[in-house]
Amino acid sequence: MTNSWTDIKNTDLVVIMGGNAAEAHPCGFKWVTEAKHHRGAKLIVVDPRFNRSASVSDYYAPIRPGSDIAFLMGVIRWCIENDKVQWDYVRNYTNVGYLVREDFGWQDGMFTGYDEEKRSYDQTSWEYELGEDGYVINDETLEHPRCVWQLLKKHVDVYTPEFVENLCGTPKDRFLKICEMIGETSSPTKTMTSMYALGWTQHSKGSQNIRGMAMLQLLLGNIGVPGGGMNALRGHSNIQGLTDVGLMSNLIPGYLAMPRETEPDFATYMSTRGNKPLRPNQMSYWQNYGKFMVSFMKALWGDKATAENGWGYDWLPKLDIAQYDAMRMFNMMKNGEVNIYFCQGFNPILSFPNRGKMTEAFSKLKLLVVMDPLATETAAFWENHGIYNDVDSASIQTEVLELPTTCFAEDEGATVNSGRWLQWHWAGATPPGEAKTDVWIMSQIYHRIKALYEAEGGKAPEPIMNLSWDYADPEEPTAAELAMELNGRALTTLYDATDPTKVVLEAGKQVSGFGQLRDDGSTMGACWIYAGCFTEDGNMMARRDNSDPSGMGVFQQWSFAWPANRRVLYNRASCDPDGKPWDPSRVLIEWNGEKWVGPDIPDIAVTAKPREVGPFIMNPEGTSRFFSRKLMRDGPFPTHMEPFESPVANPLNPEMRGNPVARVFPDDLATMATSDEFPLVATSYRLTEHFHYWTKHNYVNAVNQPEFFVEISEELAAEKGIKKGGRVRVWSKRGQVWAKAVVTKRIRPLICDGKTVHVVGIPIHWGFKGAARKGFGPNTLGPFVGDANIETPEFKAFLVNIEPASEGLA
Amino acid sequence: MTERAPQPTTAAANPPVQPLTSNLLPSDVVRISATANVPAPERQLEKVAKLIDVSKCIGCKACQSACIEWNDTHPDMEENVGVYENPHDLTPEMFTLMRFDEYVNPEGDLEWLIRKDGCMHCEDPGCLKACPAPGAIVQYSNGIVDFVSSNCIGCGYCVSGCPFDVPRIHKTAQVSKKCTLCSDRVAVGQGPACAKACPTQAITFGTKESQIALANERIEDLKSRGYDNAGLYDPQGVGGTHVMYVLHHADKPGLYSGLPEDPRISPVVEGWKGATKTIGLAAMGLAAAGAVLHGLFSKGNQVSAEEEHEAEELVVKTAATPPENREGL
Repeated sequence: MTNSWTDIKNTDLVVIMGGNAAEAHPCGFKWVTEAKHHRGAKLIVVDPRFNRSASVSDYYAPIRPGSDIAFLMGVIRWCIENDKVQWDYVRNYTNVGYLVREDFGWQDGMFTGYDEEKRSYDQTSWEYELGEDGYVINDETLEHPRCVWQLLKKHVDVYTPEFVENLCGTPKDRFLKICEMIGETSSPTKTMTSMYALGWTQHSKGSQNIRGMAMLQLLLGNIGVPGGGMNALRGHSNIQGLTDVGLMSNLIPGYLAMPRETEPDFATYMSTRGNKPLRPNQMSYWQNYGKFMVSFMKALWGDKATAENGWGYDWLPKLDIAQYDAMRMFNMMKNGEVNIYFCQGFNPILSFPNRGKMTEAFSKLKLLVVMDPLATETAAFWENHGIYNDVDSASIQTEVLELPTTCFAEDEGATVNSGRWLQWHWAGATPPGEAKTDVWIMSQIYHRIKALYEAEGGKAPEPIMNLSWDYADPEEPTAAELAMELNGRALTTLYDATDPTKVVLEAGKQVSGFGQLRDDGSTMGACWIYAGCFTEDGNMMARRDNSDPSGMGVFQQWSFAWPANRRVLYNRASCDPDGKPWDPSRVLIEWNGEKWVGPDIPDIAVTAKPREVGPFIMNPEGTSRFFSRKLMRDGPFPTHMEPFESPVANPLNPEMRGNPVARVFPDDLATMATSDEFPLVATSYRLTEHFHYWTKHNYVNAVNQPEFFVEISEELAAEKGIKKGGRVRVWSKRGQVWAKAVVTKRIRPLICDGKTVHVVGIPIHWGFKGAARKGFGPNTLGPFVGDANIETPEFKAFLVNIEPASEGLA
Repeated sequence: MTERAPQPTTAAANPPVQPLTSNLLPSDVVRISATANVPAPERQLEKVAKLIDVSKCIGCKACQSACIEWNDTHPDMEENVGVYENPHDLTPEMFTLMRFDEYVNPEGDLEWLIRKDGCMHCEDPGCLKACPAPGAIVQYSNGIVDFVSSNCIGCGYCVSGCPFDVPRIHKTAQVSKKCTLCSDRVAVGQGPACAKACPTQAITFGTKESQIALANERIEDLKSRGYDNAGLYDPQGVGGTHVMYVLHHADKPGLYSGLPEDPRISPVVEGWKGATKTIGLAAMGLAAAGAVLHGLFSKGNQVSAEEEHEAEELVVKTAATPPENREGL
């Protein structure tokens, strides 16, 4: 989230699209209810299904799964055409005036530079035109044909209301009504918040869905303001923390990059990360990258990391490809290229697509280690459970070790919520049986591997042998010790850069913020964005003062929000160029003539004068981007792309299948279907009665939603002879499931490109373990392809078929 | 490295951790089933109410979960029969249930009307009036209507007496069960478990006056959004209720899974009320009334043959739905 859960109460309009907040985030949804009740806010829901969020909405519109970009570009087009633009914001805080290279272009749904063989773009032309001073050229008149504004207008021109209706199946009158409601928030005193989740990410162009809304929010001046923002609702309670501390194959903590093979030494690694400002006076905060990176390596290897050895850079793994994401890993596993797999708090047999392929992959492992509080389907992938897990156990030779772990309520530590709040929690119960914390288990493994190196030697011993392990009990570091390491501390006494007699921080003391981290080896900090979470004043994450003097939902004394306890990112943009809040009744920060003051922590240097430094300090431009340069693999503007399995052709380019730069493994293309064979669009989702694959283990949740079902329209039910509560078979080109049928008015057939498109809704919560009845999940059916940028599987739009099934087969 | 995080301070909204004495006493009872001349209470507790704002309800069933856990019930694991209601009806083990209705309004727009069903805690409780078992059903001066299982004979007359079809007879335990409005929690200053668990504050609890004021605020908001017929459901036919609804379509409560338009106690049960008085007098005598009150929560399942016969005469023969059809399990 750019904003926070509590900030949603400040909004005038909530748009839930690409998510279902009431259903999947019921507790956070209370802030929508609050905004509606006490602020008179309106709620719009755009979704293939009339879902639980829609049930309490002011306005609803249906949309075909996988057509969100067209809808969003259509809204942008409408806002431009009807002058619903927050002009002061757009002119001053975005890149609309910047000139783009002459050779950049877009045609037939493709950008310049496409290489069909590599399924990739040569992005050279996706760049600004720089002046002789090294800064990007800005045309304040916005009239230059190659300025971002003109390119944007041209880019969205095709997305007329008629185009949207034809492609998305959204009736034109509903689309236009939503445009009008959204357009109202272009006023400097009206804001809209976007709440989204997997409904936007689980597409082969998921990142571009989100870009689309982010651009619309910029156009309306709704980023950085109270009640505005792009608010990603994170699925697991600590999944925000997972990404923050870099549990991705290509990231290290604090969104720093895992080195690549092409960066053999630290100097080379740093050479592309200077981020020189692209406009005069801009902060371009990533110029501090080296401080964060060196402090991270000092946290790993302590005294062993020195300037001479590049702070231990050689001991970091080097990627030979862009990323070893989960799907690549499972594909390698299926090809017999993985021997041992550690599965920690993860149930991929139910959560990754093409379950048949997943089972085949796991069957090729020599050893599978599962660390989990629950008996997962992944740990039992080799057990035969009839139709629910129809495997030949005798033919599977994989050894499975289950290491029972504590669950969140049985241990201590911080959980990071969607709003970036690190909230400390305490153990509420004693773990059952032999369950141990993940930290204890990982420590045991570390000590044993180290002992093996000591006894027998081996390849690349340094990362393990040199690891800093300075804990009171080396067998089990405490959560507080690890948190203090994430925060960082001075290793030697730090002196003021301008006045060497002035002590900033004594050796051994916790840093108070990332501003104190240095690149000379004098500080350590394992996750720079968490600096400030555990300072000399104690554990900031454990603070529980719920006072909110400003009434703005800031709660500065409650827990700790990264970065720097800031509750709304880019909050400099909540003020006009002179530093006055756009809306005097909703103040986060303001310029008092000398400095920035207010209830929130300013997202800019406190003495940075208005009109000098732009609000988007992480960008070298100081502004935010409608044109995103080379940052995304599938284009600097979002362009409509169909799902890989779609009922209609892409009207921009009928030959194009899915996302032209999404990675598709050779074997998987053959498992993707066309609508001749599989005419129905399936989409997956959560139900509020359950949490992922956990709560089916809990009797009460299982009672509330006991059995796997799929949802279809009355029209499709009539066409196929399916009765309410009857048993059906749903199959794709990859697998089949049996389910009960919920026949509902909440799903209606859509008319797209003159065809009737039926949607089959498939919830995710059942498997063959737990208290609930045995069932299936949509991952049996979904295609093995992910987003072109981050490889999130395309679970929200794929093709299936459905028929009534006999009751006896179970 | 030895520093530990400080312990949290308890937020004001959290329950007290020290033992509390109950504030709902036998002497606060104002009505007792099959018992006449209940002494006037020495004090009048403030009337309470639970307000269910269906326009804020997302149908998440947190209330159901909280109800199961607080009351330690064990509903059956049922099948999916093509609907979102699970369990499929109120049962002796499920005192509250989310009911879901798909309604296409005259403008052609779909509305998904979700209503939390359960005991309405009538000011004029039909169940209590119908009940032939002395002390099986009581009403406190704050309005809560509570079942005292140790006095219940499981006859099912309360089911016939209820205009909302709420009580359910437990087949094996032979007692009638329904929502208690968490009288045990209310007794120590807490709201009902469902209200505590509700994530969107669709369920709130407080004095009836405060809940009516909140309802009026909500109704005004709903009217501003085009729900011209938004209103409070506090049916006067049963003297008003201590569980109330804010409805978008208060003119058509039947849209919400058959919420009665104008619930009233069946005239048969009203007649039985007079008889109760007589039987109560005959069975125990005037002087015994005080004793009943004191022994309210410790009495066994006792009812005279005469009482049972009278009750059957008055209720079963003429009741619209036989009690056995209302049994949940």
